[in-house]
Amino acid sequence: MNGAAGKGELLLPRPFPQKNLKMLKLTWRNLFRHPLRASLTILGLAVAVLAFCLLRTVVAAWYAGVEASSPLRLVTRNAISLMYPLPLAYLPKIQNVAGVTKVAYAYWFEGIYIDKKHFFPQFAASLPGYLDIYPEFLIPPEQKLALVQDRRGCIAGRRLAQRFGWRLGDAITLTGTYFKGEYRLILRAVYTGKEPETDETLLFFHYDYLNETLKKTDPKQADQVGWFMVQIARGDLAAPVSRHIDALFKNSLAETITETEKAFQMGFVEMTSAILMAMRVVSWAIIGVIMIVLANTMAMSARERLGEYAVLKTLGFRPRHLAGLILGESLLLAALGGVAGLALSIPAVRVFPPDVTQYFPGLEVSPQTQLLGLTVALAVGGLAAILPAYRATQIGIAQALRKVG
Amino acid sequence: MGEGAKGRSPWPSPHRNLVIMPIPLSYSYRNLLTRRLTSFLTAAGMALVVFVFAAALMLAEGLRQTLVATGSFDNAIVLRAGSETEVQSALDRTQAAIVTAQPEIAMGPEGPLVASEAMVLINLAKRGTGRPANVMIRGVQPGSLALRREVRLIEGRWFRPGSTELVAGAQIARRFVGAGLGEELRFAMRTWRIVGVFDAGNTGFASEIWGDVEQLLQAFRRTAYSSVILRLQDPLAFAGLKARLEADPRLPVQVRREVEFYEAQSRRLADFIRMLGLVLTAIFGLGAVLGAMVTMYAQVGTRIAEIGTLRALGFPRHDILLAFLVEAGLLGGLGWIIGLVPAGLLNFFTLSTVNWASFAELTFRFTLTPGIVLKSLAFGVGMGLLGGLLPAIKAARLPLLEALKAP
Repeated sequence: MNGAAGKGELLLPRPFPQKNLKMLKLTWRNLFRHPLRASLTILGLAVAVLAFCLLRTVVAAWYAGVEASSPLRLVTRNAISLMYPLPLAYLPKIQNVAGVTKVAYAYWFEGIYIDKKHFFPQFAASLPGYLDIYPEFLIPPEQKLALVQDRRGCIAGRRLAQRFGWRLGDAITLTGTYFKGEYRLILRAVYTGKEPETDETLLFFHYDYLNETLKKTDPKQADQVGWFMVQIARGDLAAPVSRHIDALFKNSLAETITETEKAFQMGFVEMTSAILMAMRVVSWAIIGVIMIVLANTMAMSARERLGEYAVLKTLGFRPRHLAGLILGESLLLAALGGVAGLALSIPAVRVFPPDVTQYFPGLEVSPQTQLLGLTVALAVGGLAAILPAYRATQIGIAQALRKVG
Repeated sequence: MGEGAKGRSPWPSPHRNLVIMPIPLSYSYRNLLTRRLTSFLTAAGMALVVFVFAAALMLAEGLRQTLVATGSFDNAIVLRAGSETEVQSALDRTQAAIVTAQPEIAMGPEGPLVASEAMVLINLAKRGTGRPANVMIRGVQPGSLALRREVRLIEGRWFRPGSTELVAGAQIARRFVGAGLGEELRFAMRTWRIVGVFDAGNTGFASEIWGDVEQLLQAFRRTAYSSVILRLQDPLAFAGLKARLEADPRLPVQVRREVEFYEAQSRRLADFIRMLGLVLTAIFGLGAVLGAMVTMYAQVGTRIAEIGTLRALGFPRHDILLAFLVEAGLLGGLGWIIGLVPAGLLNFFTLSTVNWASFAELTFRFTLTPGIVLKSLAFGVGMGLLGGLLPAIKAARLPLLEALKAP
């Protein structure tokens, strides 16, 4: 029976391209036979791909600091933990290390602007030296001059300035939490990022302003810095220079750890790695949800059409044609849903509330994420078709024709 | 029963208001059983959503419970005014001495139940990955142990006062290089030996290392404690103590109940997890609702003749509506069961992440509460009902004659 049926193909019209074309047409027609069902499934897929892309984008944004770090920058901090400062007196010693081109320093200033909800990162830094180490911060020269000339001056990122509607010359008052007192700053410059992933939500002000105030209010805290930012001549010097700096302060009261900016940023990301892991798992769970939905739709459609498949088989179409029919429909649904989801993801990133985006500079759906989203959608389409396609190919003609409804 | 049978008249109008038996429940669940694969797939989709929903709530709840359990109701914590965490706070010796001499403090077998403590955050490398994380070191006094009812030694011995010995919480000993029993840590120009491991149940203390406060202060060249913890003789005396200490011009302090203090520590991270979980499950839920809708529309589509028969038998439209809604609700309920079982198994898993309030690593467990069980039930059934509503309305509004004519 099998062999004979195989030869039965001879009876079919020969011109194959035309037949394939017909199959395509049939696939297309099948797709919209239940317009409501098709559109609901496509909508579901679109929502899933959208959620998948958004989750991936948020996870990627977590790593934005790591991505934006330069191999030419090292961070020297207290070996105990970042909570402990280093003496400012380390500066000349670090400057003398061979291979070091520039050294700047900064302190994390945990100040409150208006109230706690208006959080943004603030640094008391050695200006303008600290900014010189970051060539990706673009500052108009006249603003930079104004910043250097005013000890109470500060510089904010473009997005931060936009968020609060700051303009040059505006007064910004920060109330210290760790360092007591009020710091009245004046916005003298606004930087823009050279790259899209550059963080434009930071604020820097003069370390000297903080230090001079501390000398009066709390001399014990004065002349200390949070970390040194070290610029090196070449990337391959990172390891020897780090070892050299750490050796300088070995067995001192404030031992140091020097690492590349990337490793330093990675340390922050690692702290929340469990949450990131959960978000990754969840992003695949949503793909699981939608795969089940699509598989269900395909299984229902295939079951309803068993009679038709039997007719097609009787006409001489081979099981692979039937499988192709089902697979094609599934892939088409998946592709439509995937493209719709991707199209939605671009405006969706824009409507994130500002209190979310402030933590994630450069929230942008990357081409890799889009490609991954589409690939995953198509893979879902393929996988969802397997079971129904297998069933359709296995069905006996007589049995299927006998079945009603 | 007989009345009900009479009520099933094919003639709608005069008998409508008589007692009509609704479509039996078994009609709905038998329909689900007949189309096993479809029912299962639809329920499985919703189950995944229920799972994520429950897991997010369990995580936030676990975090909250761990920190709430860290505090004791009759303990009070004294911090410098304006400090949110112990690490930020500083109380010098004079201030601490005034606080420790208050009359409300309970007496233990070995003296008053009060301790001046110091907190230090240090960077330790995790076992396995070698990645650093912040760990809290708590400098403690003899009273500290009695103040924490959950803390008990499980291995080794307690540190000797005046020595550079440390005792590690069970979670830390297991997960950090150099923090296991008999191992050594090097920081602040000294070498510290771990001489014991303590168990602190499901509390934040399990993620801490304890040592002699005087040794730690000296090593870090500090003179000020971080906080003073005290047990109240009478928990009701809290308000009086708080008012008196905070009004004392010598003391720039705030007094809080320990439970409230630790719950506040959990708030930011727990809110974040809960928010993230809810936003995600809302999106997921939409996908699953669409899936349920597809299934229920198909069910209505294949059962038109059946619906017509039911209508001809005298079942009114709202009974049809109800039958399909019940079917959809049952699907959601099934999804809830399938999803909650693996979520319940998560109860045995712990997770550690940095707590944003204290900036230190904290280990906590997924925690399933009856509230979460009910919430996820409402969520699962709600998804089913939402997905089934439009198809059920379609079924109820089918014109009787055309429905009967359907093949």
